[in-house]
Amino acid sequence: MSDIILEVKDLSVTFSTPEGPVNAVNNMNFTIKAGEALGVVGESGSGKSQTFLAIMGLLASNGTTTGSAKLLGRELIGLSADELNKIRGQSMSMIFQDPMTSLNPYLKVSKQLTEVLVLHKGMGEQAARAEALNMLDKVGIPEAEKRFDMYPHEFSGGMRQRVMIAMALLCEPALLIADEPTTALDVTIQAQILDLMRKLKSEFNTAIVMITHDLGVVAGLCDTLNVMYAGRIVERSSVDEVFSAPRHPYSQGLLASTPRLDEKTHDNELVTIPGQPPNLQRLPQGCAFAPRCIHVQDRCLCDRPPLFETPSGSHNACYREEDAA
Amino acid sequence: MSRSQEVLLDVKDLKVHFSIPSGKLFKKPGLLKAVDGVSFQVKAGETLGVVGESGCGKSTLGRAVLRLLKPTDGQVAWFGQEMGDMKAEELRNVRSDLQVIFQDPLASLDPRMTIGQIIGEPLITHYPKLSKTEVKEKVKAMMAKVGLLPDQVNRYPHEFSGGQCQRIGIARAMILEPKLIVCDEAVSALDVSIQAQIVNLLMGLQKEFGLSLIFISHNLSIVRHISHRIMVLYLGRMMEVADRDAIYAKPLHPYTKALISAVPIPDPVIERNKEHVALKGDLPSPLNPPSGCVFRTRCPFAKDICAADVPALKSYPGDREAACHFIEE
Repeated sequence: MSDIILEVKDLSVTFSTPEGPVNAVNNMNFTIKAGEALGVVGESGSGKSQTFLAIMGLLASNGTTTGSAKLLGRELIGLSADELNKIRGQSMSMIFQDPMTSLNPYLKVSKQLTEVLVLHKGMGEQAARAEALNMLDKVGIPEAEKRFDMYPHEFSGGMRQRVMIAMALLCEPALLIADEPTTALDVTIQAQILDLMRKLKSEFNTAIVMITHDLGVVAGLCDTLNVMYAGRIVERSSVDEVFSAPRHPYSQGLLASTPRLDEKTHDNELVTIPGQPPNLQRLPQGCAFAPRCIHVQDRCLCDRPPLFETPSGSHNACYREEDAA
Repeated sequence: MSRSQEVLLDVKDLKVHFSIPSGKLFKKPGLLKAVDGVSFQVKAGETLGVVGESGCGKSTLGRAVLRLLKPTDGQVAWFGQEMGDMKAEELRNVRSDLQVIFQDPLASLDPRMTIGQIIGEPLITHYPKLSKTEVKEKVKAMMAKVGLLPDQVNRYPHEFSGGQCQRIGIARAMILEPKLIVCDEAVSALDVSIQAQIVNLLMGLQKEFGLSLIFISHNLSIVRHISHRIMVLYLGRMMEVADRDAIYAKPLHPYTKALISAVPIPDPVIERNKEHVALKGDLPSPLNPPSGCVFRTRCPFAKDICAADVPALKSYPGDREAACHFIEE
């Protein structure tokens, strides 16, 4: 299985603000294969959402994207809204954190679901209804038939997220981008949604991008992981490798500072990453993580480390990688 | 200071019910039982973790303890004295011992006050005789204690990041040297790396001042780390209360079991091979809770008796309590 679904090269996102340009995402390079789940973690403002909003063509109006993102070989960056609309919802879909604000409150769920099929697949109303109902069943909405003609406010939070997922899956997209889909949900509902996404991966071979701040979610679902800091990838590796032996000091700090439910830790202080998340408008000259890094050296303060390849083929943006080689 | 046996707060059978207008002219208003018969104690120097899903009443419980809400029924005793019987002035004195930290650090700070004014305000309210320089000195000392730079005293909240704003909220809560702080989702809005800083700060302050904490959160991993005892709520009722390690090692109540197994562990090997106790369905409407045991509609072990009788909270070995008909002793 080496069919590449998404190939991102040198992707950068810049926002023009009254205080000057802000580089939210810088020179991203990665690929996602069919059936692969890519986790994306980082602090708020690290550019994890903006990367994928740029790929979907959904950036705010003051944002510009440069570089390349190819979905199934087709360049997405620079496409017109009309052309993008044919792709979005068809071969790639995105689900968001807050399902209530992403569903139209004035339209019945049935209308919002069938619309996708009528538009992209040219189905008739009856066929679309049957197909949409079938999908609601698949994502685990109980009594789907009864609920089909209800409005979004009549659904609970977990159900709305299921409706969003059903909508995103109707055209069997090759790529599903999930931006913190379970953050607003309770843990028992989160477990149900993650189960569903695992099934998608194995049954439909969907490529999944999971943007999250919860390392537990990554551990349970993802195969590969991009760790982002201040708009750049600082470590890119397989999930097993990052969790067993994180290489970048930020990944190490992130893992160490997450308390685990299965460990007695009460008597020890939690490991912390000192300092505050960076301000993108006032980034330091060298490595953006240097002010918070316990391994900082002189050159980290002047030159930004490139993404080094590690012996196992993963990537790490830290000079210590070069020193070790 | 370590935990002692001195009971600060003794809550018995606390009930907070809200009347919800039905929207129809002659229909009776609905009754939302946000907290329905909850009893617990908080001892000096102890942290009580309160966990549960949204709508389980954990925030309402915190507000009722602080008297920001008037309980419908039940007793809340502070050092043995019933808070409901206190006069306004007595209550004001107790309030200087009882503080709160909220979830949204920026929204809980007045944007037009400098952080010096914000942190110093409780001092001026409770000790009006203090001079301006005394207040300023105390504020600066507290800022240093919570990890803020004392020379930032004249800045405004918007100039600070989320984690720093939460430190300001903690400084404001700590300035009167209270005995109990209610932390209502105090670290939920923060990035992981900052969460750890704030948790360490709270635990450090607890050690130094012998503080008691009621730590309300939906994040079970953090609750396990910070708490001594943990209480599990579901639809306004207590399901289980026990020592932090006991409750994770051997949860008695099926809801506690399900809750714990639903939390993803940041370890791919464990997480992929973990057995999930999947809960079906959603939380029932709190306006129309199930009869008998409120958890029975989602419980994998529910039998007829669960619909008929409300299970009483029973004691089990190891100083723990749980409310289920089917716990083997």
